Amino acid sequence: MGRKLLLEHINVPGINSFEVYRQKGGYRAVEKALKTLTPDEVVEEVKKSGLRGRGGAGFPTGMKWSFLAKPDGVPRYLVCNGDESEPGTFKDRYLMTHIPHLLIEGMIVSSFALGANTSYIYLRGEMMPQIRILEKAIAEAKNAGFLGKNILGSGFDLELYVQPGGGAYICGEETALIESLEGKRGNPRIKPPFPAISGLYNCPTVVNNVESIAATVPIINDGADEYAKIGIGRSTGTKLISASGNLNRPGVYEIELGIPVEEFIYSDQYCGGIANGKRLKAVVAGGSSVPILPANLILKTINGDNRLMTYESLADGGFASGTMLGSGGFVAYDEDQCIVRNTWNFSRFYHHESCGQCSPCREGTGWMEKVLHRLEYGHGKLSDIDLLVDVSKKIEGNTICPLGDAAAWPVASAIRHFRDEFEWHVTHPKEAMERNYGLANYADPLPKPEDLHPVN
Amino acid sequence: MSDKVKVTIDGISIDVDAGTSILNAARQIGGDIVPPAMCYYSKLQGSGGKCRTCLVKVSKGSEKDPRPMPKLVASCRTTVMDGMEVQNITSPEVVEARKGVVEMLLINHPLDCPVCDQAGECHLQDLAYEHGSEATRYEFERRTFDRIDIGDKIQLHMTRCILCYRCVFTADQITNNRVHGILGRGDAAEISTYIEKAIENDFSGNIIDVCPVGALTDKTFRFKNRVWFTKPVDAHRDCPTCSGKVTLWYKGEDVIRVTARKDEYGEVEEFICNTCRFDKKKTNEWVIEGPRKIANHSVISANHYEQLGPPPVIRKNPALLEANKEQFERSTKL
Repeated sequence: MGRKLLLEHINVPGINSFEVYRQKGGYRAVEKALKTLTPDEVVEEVKKSGLRGRGGAGFPTGMKWSFLAKPDGVPRYLVCNGDESEPGTFKDRYLMTHIPHLLIEGMIVSSFALGANTSYIYLRGEMMPQIRILEKAIAEAKNAGFLGKNILGSGFDLELYVQPGGGAYICGEETALIESLEGKRGNPRIKPPFPAISGLYNCPTVVNNVESIAATVPIINDGADEYAKIGIGRSTGTKLISASGNLNRPGVYEIELGIPVEEFIYSDQYCGGIANGKRLKAVVAGGSSVPILPANLILKTINGDNRLMTYESLADGGFASGTMLGSGGFVAYDEDQCIVRNTWNFSRFYHHESCGQCSPCREGTGWMEKVLHRLEYGHGKLSDIDLLVDVSKKIEGNTICPLGDAAAWPVASAIRHFRDEFEWHVTHPKEAMERNYGLANYADPLPKPEDLHPVN
Repeated sequence: MSDKVKVTIDGISIDVDAGTSILNAARQIGGDIVPPAMCYYSKLQGSGGKCRTCLVKVSKGSEKDPRPMPKLVASCRTTVMDGMEVQNITSPEVVEARKGVVEMLLINHPLDCPVCDQAGECHLQDLAYEHGSEATRYEFERRTFDRIDIGDKIQLHMTRCILCYRCVFTADQITNNRVHGILGRGDAAEISTYIEKAIENDFSGNIIDVCPVGALTDKTFRFKNRVWFTKPVDAHRDCPTCSGKVTLWYKGEDVIRVTARKDEYGEVEEFICNTCRFDKKKTNEWVIEGPRKIANHSVISANHYEQLGPPPVIRKNPALLEANKEQFERSTKL
């Protein structure tokens, strides 16, 4: 069993209350940081720990913090991005529901490191219960003197606010989140300027994922070196994975980065294999926007190595044969799932969630959804498949924010790896309405590299 | 001259002020290399970056950091750096991406040019003609909206809108209270005056001029005439609210439309008030200055038999002069 840093005490009854959390060693990180460290030392620790953004992009958190502009007389803000709305990802909600004080503690430490005296936790509007839980936790922390003026006599002031959004996926993009927090329409801003220079109310702002902020607590408690020992290479520490789909034991798991994907799916410690004794067909490894991979490519890389749960190993092979760790929304599909239908479903989501600001995404997502709908319901043409690839290429990289890429990648990758199934939907429309394509060759062992490139 | 930076666009170098956008640097050069812009409007703060037609490739970031930018960038919102090298029409990637954007802009556009009042001075028409492909691959029903009257002088036909946000910025920035914005999300987003409330403002008519397509039209001109049958004439009057500098559009003896004066990129020179635009439609209310010159590429200039001059950059740059020798001789011959 791997080490647990964030969810160590998750099963302790009453851990969502301040007393129990404190008894279990909570708020030690605040005491340590505020009493013994300077803000720069905290930033340095986080940098050394190698913690990478847990929201999807995987950008090193310490580096992001050190980019924050620090002009005199201008307030700085820390905003916690709790807008988690990627299909397949539900780790932040779990963390906030069950162990809210971990996030509060992380917010205090991070705000101290960044010199922010007002910090916001931005939650998606649908998370009403979590908003109440967090507000209660903030009140408890304030009552105990961990928030407010002159925390623990260190002279550091911090006010923490929870702000619900309207429930839009786009508000998870950091600049759209800032716009929404300011009370405007949640349209992503055009970068540059980056939020680190001009963010919330045109002040320097850092936007971090819930899990990234929570992860600063074990980093400060145990030290950066201890944290960096976990994991492989540049993927350090533990990561929450939201496992869903046709698994025996779906749920939120804290894994040490670096365990093999195969172990994560089949080990009884984790997902416990595919439900109902079926076989694995495909996996979306990091939330709906990352490329989908067939079973053979998710377990092994194209070179025949075991694929590990790390940022690098999952991305091995680029987009041709790899995917991304993303936000850790791990969705497994068994042999009875239809990839065309799944792609259509994802595409429908992005069509609905596009903000409509820039043209390729506004028009292209709807177009892809309509074509996929036609394919799924047996009215497709063979040329539609190439059309989809072309449209997704026209969207990818040409938009203001990454939503365009996120909409394009699942479609492009599904066609790249499951083209047979798309073609079957066109050539056997009647059959496709009645049964699924099945596993086909998607779990067959990969050809050996030497077979792919014969040496003459 | 320390605050001048050197930028090279499609092989043509120019020194511009620091902080200039790539698009404006290209406009200073002029000619074919100017990226098209559907949403950027130099007179409106914060506009641009949305339509993505002005995408260019930055093949060299700057003198200090020569790395190319990983993605195509919107030239209207990217500032130039010293030593930057930009590819516009010389990059097949840009041409392809732009073709894609044009296709996206057109898939939900009704293409009702034959009955649209904007036809002839429509930026989307020009854009599609210059950068688009000849046929669409879109086979679904197009998005439609009902027509909305914004006050008694302006009609909003949302079906034609490309959501450039220019009118929103105009309503925000040159009128004093905002009653006009965007409702809805994604491809269901629409320009709205929030439950069809009329814009009661002296300058609201300018949203007609900034609209690149036929989504906002002048109700006093609707279906009166095709723009290429009318004669544009510069005129002015002593107006207490605005500069009073306008273009009158004549049909025979009658002034059938009044607009602000637009430059070669379709941007107005000075915003005008509603009184000038809608109420003053008699010749004796104006002081005529002379015929208005409309850029040669416009259909309005068709049959005006002016010499087709090469853009100034070709006249000045010896290398390009050589390459365009034949055309240069033809067009400079008196």
